[in-house]
Amino acid sequence: MSVRLNDCDPGFKHEVAAEPGSEGIRACFACAACSARCPVGANRPDYDPRRLIRLTLLGRREEVLASPLIWLCSSCYSCGEVCPQQVRFTEVLTAIKNIAAREGHAPPSAKVTAELLAKQGRLLEITEFENQKRADLGLPPVEQRPGDFQAILGIEPDQGEAGEEPR
Amino acid sequence: MKALLFLGCTVPVRNLNYEVSARKVCEALGVELVDDAALACCGYPLKGTDQAHALTIAARALAQARGHDLPLVALCSACAGTLAEAEHRLSHNPEEVARVNAELAPLGLEYAPGVRVTHLVRYLLEEVGLEAIKAKMTRDLSEFTFAPHYGCHYLKPSETIGGLDDPEAPTSMGALIEATGAKVDNYPRLKDCCGGGVLGADEELAGALAGAKLAELDARQVTAMALVCPFCNVMYEGQQKAIAKRMDTKFKVPVVYLTQILGLGLGMTPDELGFKLNRSKPKELLAAFKE
Repeated sequence: MSVRLNDCDPGFKHEVAAEPGSEGIRACFACAACSARCPVGANRPDYDPRRLIRLTLLGRREEVLASPLIWLCSSCYSCGEVCPQQVRFTEVLTAIKNIAAREGHAPPSAKVTAELLAKQGRLLEITEFENQKRADLGLPPVEQRPGDFQAILGIEPDQGEAGEEPR
Repeated sequence: MKALLFLGCTVPVRNLNYEVSARKVCEALGVELVDDAALACCGYPLKGTDQAHALTIAARALAQARGHDLPLVALCSACAGTLAEAEHRLSHNPEEVARVNAELAPLGLEYAPGVRVTHLVRYLLEEVGLEAIKAKMTRDLSEFTFAPHYGCHYLKPSETIGGLDDPEAPTSMGALIEATGAKVDNYPRLKDCCGGGVLGADEELAGALAGAKLAELDARQVTAMALVCPFCNVMYEGQQKAIAKRMDTKFKVPVVYLTQILGLGLGMTPDELGFKLNRSKPKELLAAFKE
């Protein structure tokens, strides 16, 4: 497929590089060490870190942000360990995913995470059942204190479950 | 020795065998773990879509930890990696500190650099020390062989959590396993990722990543695979049956936590170490230590 420069957004790479931790994208010289070491790429040849960086540098903004491939990174950081240029691809892709999420491309599971934290202050709910299991093993109880998480995330849980006292 | 325990979300609900064995091993090795119920989530799961808020949540935990003036020790590799990365990022970025503290101020919290964040395994190696750990062992496990799974966030990125071990040729878990007299299998797929990070996005892909390692270890017939992260456990123990089914094959790889191996070496019983909660049972071990 040919690339028409008129279809490219030359500002995209700067937009990505401005996100915290992803400024390394500027140093990529396309050696493909990341792609060679990527465990996801080994199982899914269509997932290729170098290709995602090239598309970003070329300014293929919509193609990158809408691609389902960007959500396939396992965030294992293997790419960063072998990169001779300290590009930190995991962080670059985090930046791309963050921009994609702001534009409505995040998978539904992402929204659920924030809602769970706002409701429970943790990913997994703590009820009397969990604390009884813990007590049976001689472990101290754990508590749900969602207040801080609601304040940070600016999310109120659904009616009826809001404002529960910490357990 | 005293440290502040960071339990996170998954360990205290789904991995009580890890928690109970970690607490018992620490006690036996002279490490006092302090609890603080307010610590809760590290922020990791939000990073992919909202790293600014993920960083604030991590900073919240670091601000709370600072009041204790103790090292912050996590059992989960994702928690340890996330909190260490947040400490690294904030201690190098005054602008981000200002933003984060503006969000924390209404909660009565303030982040300031200086909390030492570490994974429990690293804490044991660096603070208690391998020789002291060996000296406390009372039971010989030399008839058993364990396959360590280092996982990703225990050693990577080395930029923020480096210095303990080489992520491309790790030996630190193996050294602790050998402290019990047991043998270590450094199998070809040692460094492979469990795939847990991609489970939510593509179950089949996550299963393919974990399945390749499980199939290899099944063929090598180790006593058990040894883990130090509850997310890796989701893949290797929680998903094991489903992965085998999807691969149209059968395998059974026993899975244990490294702290359970250390506890056995320290003379504790399988019951004390929560082995009843292991779903992929290490039958060989349990038969040897039957009460």
